[in-house]
Amino acid sequence: MNHLQLVLSGLFVGSFYALVALGYSMVYGIIKLLNFAHGDLYMVGAFAGFTVLSVGAGALGGGFVALIVIMIVAMIATGGFGMLLERVAYRPLRSAPRLSVLITAVGASFALEYGIAVAFGPTPEVYPVGVQDGTLHIANAQVTYAQLAMTAIAVVLMAALDTLVRTTRSGRAMRAISQDPKACLLMGVNVDRVISRTFFIGSALAGAAGVMAGAYYGKIDFLMGFVIGLKAFTAAVIGGIGNLRGAVLGAIVLGLLESFGVPTSAASGVTSSRSASSFSS
Amino acid sequence: MNDESTLRAGEKPSVYVSAVEGRTPTNIAPSVTEAGASASSRTAVAELVSNSLASRCLGTGAAVAALALPLVSSSTYVIQIAVDALIFVMLAVGLNIVVGYCGLLDLGYAAFFAIGAYTSGLLSTRFGWPLVATVPVVVIAAIIAGLLIGGPTLRLRSDYLAIVTLGFGEIIRITANNLDFTGGPNGLYGIPDFGDFGLRADIALYWITAVVVIAAVLFSSRLGRGRIGRAWRFVREDEDAAEAMGIHTYRVKFAAYIAGAVFGGIAGVLFAAHQTAISPPSFNFLWSALILMAVVLGGMASTPGVVVGALMISLLPELLRGAENWRYLIFGLLLIVVMVFRPQGLLPAHPGEPRRRGRRAREGTS
Repeated sequence: MNHLQLVLSGLFVGSFYALVALGYSMVYGIIKLLNFAHGDLYMVGAFAGFTVLSVGAGALGGGFVALIVIMIVAMIATGGFGMLLERVAYRPLRSAPRLSVLITAVGASFALEYGIAVAFGPTPEVYPVGVQDGTLHIANAQVTYAQLAMTAIAVVLMAALDTLVRTTRSGRAMRAISQDPKACLLMGVNVDRVISRTFFIGSALAGAAGVMAGAYYGKIDFLMGFVIGLKAFTAAVIGGIGNLRGAVLGAIVLGLLESFGVPTSAASGVTSSRSASSFSS
Repeated sequence: MNDESTLRAGEKPSVYVSAVEGRTPTNIAPSVTEAGASASSRTAVAELVSNSLASRCLGTGAAVAALALPLVSSSTYVIQIAVDALIFVMLAVGLNIVVGYCGLLDLGYAAFFAIGAYTSGLLSTRFGWPLVATVPVVVIAAIIAGLLIGGPTLRLRSDYLAIVTLGFGEIIRITANNLDFTGGPNGLYGIPDFGDFGLRADIALYWITAVVVIAAVLFSSRLGRGRIGRAWRFVREDEDAAEAMGIHTYRVKFAAYIAGAVFGGIAGVLFAAHQTAISPPSFNFLWSALILMAVVLGGMASTPGVVVGALMISLLPELLRGAENWRYLIFGLLLIVVMVFRPQGLLPAHPGEPRRRGRRAREGTS
């Protein structure tokens, strides 16, 4: 393993951490809720993609078109789940104390995990990858075309999100709500609808990341979202939670650290505690 | 401080207006109604008296029943399950101090459980200590772990505590999984019990567990009623106000966290003695979540509620064997449903001191 290879795979892993971290950061930014179920939405995305793949394997064929179709379907499904979650579990509690909302989020995470376990069975599923495994050699590192394509998709999604939040009307509403929901209400912004939309977008990004992870690791199971949730949170906090560009940066840093062999799962907990403490002001 | 007051806010329709205006008014409102309500609540007083009498009798009854169980049925299976349930009660009561009294969400409570189990397991198997002698070491280890985790995070908002404890729980489990002297993924085995005192070994262990757990339940309920318990509830309801009233919030939260850690550690010793073998998967996030569920389901800050919740969570699986995943799905949904529709839990807490019942009557029944 040379350094270039490590950097490339770090960037790849970082790019799908970034997709998850973005959703975390968006939801936190807008309603100050740590959505524990976010990692599980990523898992739901992976399973949605898996369903599409196994149902429509023949019709879709291989190739990038298939991958993109799968991603879009998975994103819509996951986004729908996210909206449903917000509507059913979080909206009724918006005026409740923070503790109840956090506990509800844990319950939602549990319900999603074991809901999938009931639906698909608790054993890991093998992901039938939709993209042929060509490899590209750069210097003495190699990347598969599938990886390249997925990174490109991730970058496109991030750029689209950035544009959405910075330039469109609904992005402006989101930013306004994250600053002062009450004033937004007085200014005639439909706060509920904007929050719902935020959940949709955040969850859809997580769903896309889920499909990417499934295609990359080749195996999915119903608990795969747990560790990713922790890592994405860490990434979001490193970058400054609520700040979207920061979340992407944090995720890439995390991905690089990871590919350079910093022991991860545990380290992620440590960094999250460390970054949390540096965030204390 | 009224327990249900802030929680009840969740029952209002979900208009965003109430959400954004909500926080402080909901905290203050109940104390206003409470001041003018004392005269018209004779029946409420009576009800409360009977309630609390019932719960006291209930408590004693439950303790006696727990102690008498081996005399009624001494089959290995029953004893086995009963010990499991009692240990779970102890964990729930410990977590109740942290989550229920003080309002700090700890998602890695199994970490303290693991620390207790591993510390006593290591000392007894590798160094041949008798299990009783490991208890003080376990307490110290739990306190140190609590200091390490609580130190930096208790100064932050509770969200951070939640996620950091979640990470901490994983760290402990993964560390135990990767170190050689903890036995790696195989864990430790051949952990001795406390001795059989001339009884059948599992019954002796049962009685020891029962006595420890009953003491723990009593201790935590008294703790919640004392000066420190009032401080905890104050901090939970409104940290800024508590600080303004001269409560050292950081220290008080620390006390809750450490107390919870010690409870978890001692439960770990019991668990190690009961299982005789421990391995890292016994301490995964599922455990932390189940304990939290017991606390929330039973009623945060209400000792009888938490005990009932813990018994439900630990005994229900025995009735629903073979449907593992369904069970957890239902638990998850239940957690959401309870939080949305009945945030105070099945057996809500009666706040306030028993002797001043008349003045505070309205709180318990409203």
